[in-house]
Amino acid sequence: MSTTVKNSVINVLTWLLVLVFFFPVFWMFLNGFKPESLASSIHPKLFFTPTLNGYQVALDRGMAAYLQNSFMASIAATIGCVVLAIPAAYALSLRPIKNVEGSLSFFISTRFMPVAAIVLPIYMILKNLGGLDNIWVLAAVYMSINLAITVWMMRSFFLEVPFEIVEAARVDGAGLFREIVRVVLPIVLPGVAAAALICFIFSWNEYFLATLLTSNVARTTPPFLGSFVDGRGQFLAVLSAAATLAVLPVIVAGWIAQKQLVRGLSMGAVK
Amino acid sequence: MATSTATKIEAPPVDPARKKIQRKHAWTARGLLMPAFIFLLVLTQIPFLFTIGFSMMNWNLLYPAERGFTGLDNYKAALTSGALWPSIVATVLITAFSVVLSLLFGLLFAVLLDRNLPGRAIARTLVITPFLIMPAAASLIWKYSMFDTNIGMLNWAFDLVGLPKVSWSTEHPMATVVIVLTWMFTPFMMLILLAGLQGQSKETLEAAQVDGAGAWRTFTWITLPHLRMYVEIGTLLGSVIILQVFDPIAILTKGTGGTKTLAYLLYERAFIGLNVGEAAAYGVVTVILTIIVATIALKTTFKVFMAGGSR
Repeated sequence: MSTTVKNSVINVLTWLLVLVFFFPVFWMFLNGFKPESLASSIHPKLFFTPTLNGYQVALDRGMAAYLQNSFMASIAATIGCVVLAIPAAYALSLRPIKNVEGSLSFFISTRFMPVAAIVLPIYMILKNLGGLDNIWVLAAVYMSINLAITVWMMRSFFLEVPFEIVEAARVDGAGLFREIVRVVLPIVLPGVAAAALICFIFSWNEYFLATLLTSNVARTTPPFLGSFVDGRGQFLAVLSAAATLAVLPVIVAGWIAQKQLVRGLSMGAVK
Repeated sequence: MATSTATKIEAPPVDPARKKIQRKHAWTARGLLMPAFIFLLVLTQIPFLFTIGFSMMNWNLLYPAERGFTGLDNYKAALTSGALWPSIVATVLITAFSVVLSLLFGLLFAVLLDRNLPGRAIARTLVITPFLIMPAAASLIWKYSMFDTNIGMLNWAFDLVGLPKVSWSTEHPMATVVIVLTWMFTPFMMLILLAGLQGQSKETLEAAQVDGAGAWRTFTWITLPHLRMYVEIGTLLGSVIILQVFDPIAILTKGTGGTKTLAYLLYERAFIGLNVGEAAAYGVVTVILTIIVATIALKTTFKVFMAGGSR
């Protein structure tokens, strides 16, 4: 077999594998546009007259409010993370404190701390203080989960800033604030954006804490989707439509951040 | 290391004015780090200390009057009630299977998508999507449109090739959870391994080719050893995340059929059984298990993290 033929065969097989792997997502997308009877049919249909009925029902169940809560919690958590992580990452890279390794270990240990280890006191304290079912409280908890990964990731970008530039700014007498905002930030902006997107993705997708810490007012999208678990009758089209709406913002964010994704997921270890 | 660069620049010592500036800089740096540090201390470390405290208390929300210190009774109860050990086994098995399978599939995709494939960017984008999807949504879609006995596509495919229908979540709960987790984490492993493949020196590969090593030998003798550190990073991070897995369990099996992970057990004991003390003990056990698993992997990988992050 010649190399060209062999290559084409591998190409075709690769694409086949990719499509099979992607199929559940594609199927979810397709089912969201089917009438309920077709979505829940035992004979799967690839071609049909699309309807927005599933989306209509999902929105009628108040999904817009859950999406809005998700946006508020995720964006607030992301902004909070970025604001705390920029100075921290700076102090771990360009103006290093004495014990960088120790601090990095501390941050990574909080990232590796299972949520199970902290959820009970947080729940009990919030319950006593009346802080349950509050979207800003949920955002603060999400911040604590994502802060470590944001700091690590940003530090890896800060370390790439040519030190001569920072030095030149210092010689010119730029103050700390000016040095960070005018000199360093413009260089690391893509890194900050990528870290922010990752923080957003993890906050948006979080289910466990959202289920426990919110009920009516501040309920986010994942627990709303979870309420489909005990559904009766045919609901696959509605579920698919709701799931499509729920995953869309993060898929778009992830596709944009694709190139930096690996760096964030590995906390800056892999570039 | 970054520290050495800094000391070099502010080198000439003994000058008191300089020393003063240096000390001021040290305080500025600490001041910059403090907000993040304190925030994490308050929201993660202190609650954990509380969890340890809770785990030594007799505290059931149904009987608030009987609240009090009991020492290690909750741990004894956890060990003797027969709930803890199966849960540890479930957690470790689900984590191990999912990590190994997603590593293998991730490697397969990384190798295939490192080639010069037409439409490669699109293919990569499609493959990373399962990792971006909300785990709750992914679990629901798998549960109803893939695994369902009547309308699930898996059974439809089985039917096409003449295999009998399978009721996935009741007959094979463990496999159900592992399949979904593998699907979700394959992109994660693929991304890390792909970065590894792209960091491979082209000269070495060409030299191997000139020396007449076949594709398979080049892969096993050169590429795989090179990928080792990437596999380690993937294993460490993947295990630590999957050890805490909750969403797919809650949605796919509700902990039935040997899939009751520690996170789900804790949820059940605390929020359905209302036994805060016992649930807190499971929380502490989760941390111990995470530390054991992480140290095994971390020993080698922390060096890699530091090397990768230093100037």
